[in-house]
Amino acid sequence: MTLEFSPEARQRAETIIRRYPPQYKKAAVIPLLHLAQEEWGYISAEAMAYVATLIEAPPVKVAEVATFYPMFNKEPIGKYEIQVCHTLPCALTGCGRIVKHLCEKLNIQVGQTTPDRRFTLKKVECLAACDRGPVMLVNKTLYTNLTLEQVDDILNGLE
Amino acid sequence: MEPQSPPLVRLTIDDQPVAVPADTTIWEAARGMGIHIPVLCHHPKLRPVAVCRVCAVDVEKSRVMPAACIRQVEEGIVVRTDTDRVRRARKTLVELLLAEHPTPCAKHARSHDCELELLGEQLDITSPRFSIRPSSFVLRPFPPDPSSAVIAVDLNACILCDRCIRACDEVQVNEVIGRAEKGHRAHIVFDDGKPMGESTCVSCGECQAYCPTGALIDKPLMQVKAPSTVQTVDSVCPYCGVGCGVTYHVHDNTIVQVTGRTDGHTEGRLCVKGRYGFDYSHHPQRLTVPLIRKDEAYPKQPLSADFTDYKEFRDSLRSPEWNERIRETFREATWDEALDLSARRLMDIKTRFGSGALAGFGSAKVTNEEAYLFQKLIRTVFGTNNVDHCTRLCHASSVAALMETIGSGAVSNIFQEALDADVLLVIGSNANENHPVAATYFKQAAKRGVTLIVMDPRRPPLANQATHYVRFKPGTDVALLNGLMHVILRDGLHDDAFVRERTENFEALREMVQQYPPDVVEKITGVPREMIERIAFAYGRAERAMIFWGMGISQHTTGTDNARCLISLCLLTGNIGRRGTGLHPLRGQNNVQGASDVGLIPFALPGYQRVDDLAVRTKFERAWGVPLDPRPGLTVVEIMHAALHGDIKGMLMMGENPFLSDPNMNKVRKALQALDFLVVQDIFLTETAEFADVILPASTAAEKEGTYVNTNRMVQLGRKAVDPPGQARIDGDILIDLANRMMEIEAGVRGQGSGVRKWEYRTSRDVWDEIVPLTPLFDGITYDEMARRTVIWPHDEQIIFTQTFPRGRGKFVPAEFAPANELPDAEYPFVLNTGRVLQHWHTGTMTRRTKALDEIAPEPFVEVAPDDLTRLGVRDGDWVTVASRRGVITLRTKASTKVSPGSVFIPFHFKEAAVNLLTNDALDPYGKIPEFKFCAVRVEKAR
Ligand code: SF4
Ligand code: SF4
Ligand code: FES
Ligand code: FES
Repeated sequence: MTLEFSPEARQRAETIIRRYPPQYKKAAVIPLLHLAQEEWGYISAEAMAYVATLIEAPPVKVAEVATFYPMFNKEPIGKYEIQVCHTLPCALTGCGRIVKHLCEKLNIQVGQTTPDRRFTLKKVECLAACDRGPVMLVNKTLYTNLTLEQVDDILNGLE
Repeated sequence: MEPQSPPLVRLTIDDQPVAVPADTTIWEAARGMGIHIPVLCHHPKLRPVAVCRVCAVDVEKSRVMPAACIRQVEEGIVVRTDTDRVRRARKTLVELLLAEHPTPCAKHARSHDCELELLGEQLDITSPRFSIRPSSFVLRPFPPDPSSAVIAVDLNACILCDRCIRACDEVQVNEVIGRAEKGHRAHIVFDDGKPMGESTCVSCGECQAYCPTGALIDKPLMQVKAPSTVQTVDSVCPYCGVGCGVTYHVHDNTIVQVTGRTDGHTEGRLCVKGRYGFDYSHHPQRLTVPLIRKDEAYPKQPLSADFTDYKEFRDSLRSPEWNERIRETFREATWDEALDLSARRLMDIKTRFGSGALAGFGSAKVTNEEAYLFQKLIRTVFGTNNVDHCTRLCHASSVAALMETIGSGAVSNIFQEALDADVLLVIGSNANENHPVAATYFKQAAKRGVTLIVMDPRRPPLANQATHYVRFKPGTDVALLNGLMHVILRDGLHDDAFVRERTENFEALREMVQQYPPDVVEKITGVPREMIERIAFAYGRAERAMIFWGMGISQHTTGTDNARCLISLCLLTGNIGRRGTGLHPLRGQNNVQGASDVGLIPFALPGYQRVDDLAVRTKFERAWGVPLDPRPGLTVVEIMHAALHGDIKGMLMMGENPFLSDPNMNKVRKALQALDFLVVQDIFLTETAEFADVILPASTAAEKEGTYVNTNRMVQLGRKAVDPPGQARIDGDILIDLANRMMEIEAGVRGQGSGVRKWEYRTSRDVWDEIVPLTPLFDGITYDEMARRTVIWPHDEQIIFTQTFPRGRGKFVPAEFAPANELPDAEYPFVLNTGRVLQHWHTGTMTRRTKALDEIAPEPFVEVAPDDLTRLGVRDGDWVTVASRRGVITLRTKASTKVSPGSVFIPFHFKEAAVNLLTNDALDPYGKIPEFKFCAVRVEKAR
């Protein structure tokens, strides 16, 4: 295996693992996956296998967790990760139009990244702002009550 | 004390009242009444997870329809399994599943047993109401994954029942399969999403055995042309001492598939060898005609000695040209001619040089009946006790120690009791690869909370499940074990009463282990003293502790001492004679226990009755009608030495291949060449047979009936599934014929005419009926009983030594640490360890000729620690030479953290890099077992 944490990340990983009793090392899986995502931007199969060695678990147990949560990217993503909620309340307020608009504007499909690696577009489950749909999350900023114009403004405002 | 029966719960199912224990599920209760509730995700051998809901039933007053497979019964509930509502729900679910399921799937098309499609047929679902819309959320269609050598993966047929995951996690405990993503995108994955063939999957096939659909299919099944004509025969796996029950599936005199017998003692579990290693029986290179060496083929030369090209060698395992090469050296003969010649030449040696110039190597692969006939032939017709087999190379030292201390070489408890122990100590045993199905019980035990201690210089995969893994310096077992006993005595963790009442020589042991305090032991073994104490506490404080060991203990010049220490450890803590305790040296070959039981050893007649005991001899002389030699015979390695020096001149070899399996191969080669006359009976032209004067084509386990004894002392009946090819005959019949011919010649010489007592056995059952009255340990065991169930000797006692030991008191035999025979030095700085890999068996005669096993493990390799590789300036996969004082081989490296720096490991199956060219033939003085596990070598980059 070639993939390994940098010394700093390695140290943080050890701190995380120490939070749990030695026989429950596996409990560190989610924080370690976050750390891996911070370190490499996304979680590759090798990264899952590497995290597995840290918590002494079979690789498949890490893969199950990593693939379950959409927050963990399985592929490299663009500089801006746009996540549009498509759960029922947002669907009723018209998130479909927002998604369609984004696809056209960025010229990509849902799940893809623009060739200049600036934008990645995703549809996700409820973002817990159901009373203010449609809703989208750009990196860590949440935008609510969206209109198509607002979407354009937001995109234009990003470098 | 009888366990109290739990209180019963009363309920009604489909208007019939029933009372069952409280932890019964509705599905189980219904099944007990003969009411069938369909299931898909459920399997009675797996933990219920209730993910498919097809088993949903109506329960009066219940808010929802509970899943019968998981819902436990409750007092007074009224269950209905066949209401309209139930039927509608069930049908809808099956329709939804069928909408996504290719119909018929590959499994249904072949064997008509896809459980989903069968359910669809039962529910009369013809045209499904639903269809799937392609969308970015649906992963279908999945591309097929053909990467595994043994299982075809088609996730389109998968219904996400999770049975494969549970089979992998709970039954075999390999933890390779999982469920990735969620919702519509959920699917089965291997490891971190690898193709199955590239994952850590060990190809045991358990997942496909549990898969209800064609998502995971046994590749052999894909080859079956006419499934409806396939017959099944229940038998026993021909490989290791675990002795798993197998079912052969036979079509047109050919084995097409092997499945696990759920009625067997291993509950249907198999490993890759047992499940996929069957096609050697039908290999084109099988010997099918008797062969006699041509006059021009003397002096004897090996036919295939120097393969340096790997590819050439692998090809030769398959090529018909190989048969051409044989024909240049040997000519075909009739059975009469071959047997007459053998009988005449062997008799001639006996007349001219005496019985002591003859010897025989039997085999732990043949049946009890054949092994018995073999030793009877050597003892009564050859007239010598020079009869042995590969037991000498595996557990002879363990047996020597057990005989001396306890008075019996048998295991005290069966390996399934691992689940009943508090602590398991597994030392010098890579059970995952060498006793794979036994290992599944150890892994299960560890998962259920049993403390698992694994001690081995080379980290075995079992260490992954271990509570404690202890890596110690090779060859320092005695010091380590003495150290554990030191701590146990120091802290008073021993069982005083047991030591007083059931053992002797305790003071000597106390004195000896006194000298092994943890700090001294740390220096010798490299194990930190805290670890030594931790292990001593764990074992010493356990209520029930069990010890398992393998060749890592026995194959040393100190092998007997190693085993003595383990026995002392067990006696000291009183861990024997109860459930979940005891001593279990894991037996190697499928019938090594049985072959020893029936006397295929130089010092004992059947039943471990010593040849130098007059009363014993008299009994056998009376039964066999021949005087017996009172002197114990020579052992395997001693026979080879004697052959080299011309003292042994004629040999009969049945199914053994000492050329590759014995240490210091160059010496073996010379010994075989030096023999005046060598008869080999085998299924392939082995490296040993290349030196034969006469070769007799014999048969595989699948071609005959007979019994085998596994590591648990279980006597099991193997049944005939196919006929031997060509003129090949079963080993027992060949022996009978040879014995009769030799006896006739001898009678003629002595002028006794037809006064000989001819051997007349018609079936293996006849032989068994002769063995039992002579062999007390088989008392009362009959073929009829074995046909019905697994029988354990003696007298069906699963746990022995409960009150006393065969020798009365258990004897402590203290052992002093002594270094290995050949230590590393400047010239030969590495320690070489040898052993096996999961996919291959011994000298590879069978397994390298089975397609799947060869595909998975095609080549030899040397495991080297990554740091050592760097130091040597070689990379993973580079070619290196490995040399010892006795020879040199060339092979590729495999970077591995299993070996510690300074040690290397090479498997011994591969002739093109035959590691026994390097090994040391120094012997353990008691067990006469060679030091396979330790010699000094040099590793260099190959030019
Ligand atoms: S592969 Fe087979 S056993 Fe595994 S989840 Fe799919 S249908 Fe079930
Ligand atoms: S564990 Fe042994 S007996 Fe069982 S299937 Fe594997 S090789 Fe055969
Ligand atoms: S449904 Fe969109 S935020 Fe909750
Ligand atoms: S069989 Fe009960 S839920 Fe699947």
